[in-house]
Amino acid sequence: MQDNRQDASIILEARNLVKEYTQRSGSFGFGQSKVKALDGVSVSLKKGSTLAVVGESGSGKSTLARCLLQLQAFESGEVLFNGQSLSTLDSKQLRQMRKNLQMVFQDPFASLNPRMRVGEIVGEGLLVHGLGNQQARQEKVQQMLERVGLQAGDVKKYPHQFSGGQRQRIGIARALVLEPEVVVCDEPVSALDVSVQAQILLLLKELQQEMQLSYLFITHDLRVVRHIADDIVVMNKGQVVERGTVDAVYQSPQEAYTQALLKAIPGQG
Amino acid sequence: MAQILNVEALNISLKSDPTRFLVRDVSLQLSAGKTTCIVGESGSGKSLTALTIMGLLSEQLISTGKVAFNGVNLTELNNQEMQAVRGAEIGMIFQEPMTSLNPVLTIGYQVGEALTAHLGLKGMALKHRVESLLASVGIPAGRANSYPDELSGGQRQRVMVAMSIACEPSLLIADEPTTALDVTVQAQILALLRALKDEMQMAMLFITHDFGVVTDIADDVIVMFRGEVVEAGPKKQVLEKPQHPYTKALLACVPDAAGKKTLKPIDYAWLEQGEVA
Repeated sequence: MQDNRQDASIILEARNLVKEYTQRSGSFGFGQSKVKALDGVSVSLKKGSTLAVVGESGSGKSTLARCLLQLQAFESGEVLFNGQSLSTLDSKQLRQMRKNLQMVFQDPFASLNPRMRVGEIVGEGLLVHGLGNQQARQEKVQQMLERVGLQAGDVKKYPHQFSGGQRQRIGIARALVLEPEVVVCDEPVSALDVSVQAQILLLLKELQQEMQLSYLFITHDLRVVRHIADDIVVMNKGQVVERGTVDAVYQSPQEAYTQALLKAIPGQG
Repeated sequence: MAQILNVEALNISLKSDPTRFLVRDVSLQLSAGKTTCIVGESGSGKSLTALTIMGLLSEQLISTGKVAFNGVNLTELNNQEMQAVRGAEIGMIFQEPMTSLNPVLTIGYQVGEALTAHLGLKGMALKHRVESLLASVGIPAGRANSYPDELSGGQRQRVMVAMSIACEPSLLIADEPTTALDVTVQAQILALLRALKDEMQMAMLFITHDFGVVTDIADDVIVMFRGEVVEAGPKKQVLEKPQHPYTKALLACVPDAAGKKTLKPIDYAWLEQGEVA
């Protein structure tokens, strides 16, 4: 495999990740069998770009996201951030690293603590990482909320007082307030109406330019990919079956699986 | 062509505050063998409209207007009479195939329930009919004794389709039936619904927020916004030459696989300034 350790344009990289789950099997579930959720997956995210990871349910795309962020242990392989292997870091170093690796989740209803005020939700990361004094943190949170299209006064409100699209904006503010370098977005617009989806996609693009963010964008919607991503990785059954620039893969998909996925996009007449 | 459903001046409002309309002045007509899609965002009233036609509106809501189904005004039927229509002459499919099936009953039993209830089928006649229904939606007869958790999401939705067409309804109401499915499975279910509709000459009322799905399945399209129909017409006309500003704005939000267009979010303030709301 080509060694990218010297390649400064790669900000986040996974090398040969293997993640296995144990499944009950056999009569009465007494047996055990291993399912490979990730079967030797390698991906690399270029600085300032968006890499889409697409696949159907069970393809391993969300498992990949969690392994990349070290939210889940994996059997073998390594994750490199700015060329440094995350497995060599101790827990304190890893915690500092997390500031640069943030995540936006799919379900804006489930991913915000209903008992916390928006100000606390967005500001928690700053507090945890000990950034700034209380006043600086408050100002930062308010600025961030305004930047994602909410109001500074919203800090006192609770998540249930917002619509789905507004909650996703809160989730984005929470991820970006730490000024990360990489944001992993796990189906961030799948639960939203098409009109709200367009707003959020445009917001993510604007913020990417302003803050020089790199996105790993997980989705099953190949129409969304075309509008947000530069590169694409197609996953099936825990393996990467095709990769390339979005334009190249959409124009001439090489693998039968990718062809089937593209053909199944509704609305092509 | 035979008209199956004629909804006229349908209003839905809160029982506690009848002046607050959730759906206002909705009219629609469905003919045999044709599919009408209702599109709209969350809260546009598309699902409430469907629930009213099926007589399943929440007790906290009241509806006025006419729902004529094969010449019978459904709003005048009592619960028992409505039950005889629902599941027999009107089939229904919902979004979540995981939650709409009973996990402790075999799929064969669940497909057969409507046949026993409405047509009085029993014994071998029932067994054979269930098997042929499962076969018609692409599930091998041997799976009749399987439980829902032994099936994939797409297979469960196929079972839901088999249940909904069991009594050969003249109207099929499908509320976002493919939203929870993977794109390849979605394409299969849409093809299945189209084939069954043609074969059985059903009228289909298909609710969705996905314009790609509309393109694939609709003959006619109704666009709803904040409880009202803002535009209705043949698919080609609504999608290619939209007249209403809201329809135009909504279409400008839809991402396309060709990636050629620039996404433009809806400017609601601008819409409100016009004569929309």
